[in-house]
Amino acid sequence: MHWLWIDRVVELVPRTRLVALKNVSLAEDHLHDHFGADPVRKRPAMPIMPASLIIEGVAQSSGILVGHAERFREKCVLAKVSKAELDREVLPGQTLRYTVNMVQFDAVGASTSSVVEVMDLGKPSPAWTEIGRIELMFSHIDRNMAGIEFPAHNFVFSDAFRTLLKTSGIAVDF
Amino acid sequence: MTRDEIFSKVKEVLVDALAVDDDEVTPTATLTKDLGAESIDFLDIVFKLEQAFGFKIGQGELFPENVSKDPEYVRDGKVTTKGIAALRERLPHVDFSGFEKDPQLAKVGEVFTVDALVKFVERKLAAK
Repeated sequence: MHWLWIDRVVELVPRTRLVALKNVSLAEDHLHDHFGADPVRKRPAMPIMPASLIIEGVAQSSGILVGHAERFREKCVLAKVSKAELDREVLPGQTLRYTVNMVQFDAVGASTSSVVEVMDLGKPSPAWTEIGRIELMFSHIDRNMAGIEFPAHNFVFSDAFRTLLKTSGIAVDF
Repeated sequence: MTRDEIFSKVKEVLVDALAVDDDEVTPTATLTKDLGAESIDFLDIVFKLEQAFGFKIGQGELFPENVSKDPEYVRDGKVTTKGIAALRERLPHVDFSGFEKDPQLAKVGEVFTVDALVKFVERKLAAK
């Protein structure tokens, strides 16, 4: 399994906004453990997209927006989940949309504010419904206040991210 | 803006950034020891102060940077007299008189009180 929790970037306004989609699929292993059937308590399986992985997806979307601002030359890492509110569960077959807005950006880091929406194509009149709000902070770790040094190569933006950006039609030269 | 108004806005910033209660944010409370701030929270506080007061804070302007890297400023885990003088010059909003008595580098974070932030904002607004 690859640690990539978004499927496609559908909009990117540099340094400003990024919109990404995530299709929740029963082919994903984690949904069979979260939550599997409990024969002892006689509870059936209840596959629900874990909130932590929704936050991870928003963090990856935000990380791309922040990283793109300096053409992926900075190593930007998630440093703080300032706020995360999710109002309801997300089920297999539903689609998540993450809209990330850049709030602050400077040499040492960035903060973002995001909205999480869900779409259920199985419903008669499907529409995006807001189900959460997430605020994050990123650090450009080579410019950390403590002066700690990290490896020279950019280990944050891997091949998987490059592929995602290319299939989303975003030019990459890193 | 009066000092009370600044204090009240700084308090809002800290309650939001550090998830502390209103009454914990007193002028003498230290950001690290009393309010539990960690390193990334300092950047969060910088960002939130910029938004709340509408000014830009330069790198190293509010909190010090890379002090420990300069051998003239830190020796055997303690900040030297020269180091303290440099910090005083760079950070005029901070009271180093207590720190001077036991200048352990590990404790330098404790000089950042709520009052130091209020003084910093006061100076920034006056210079606007």
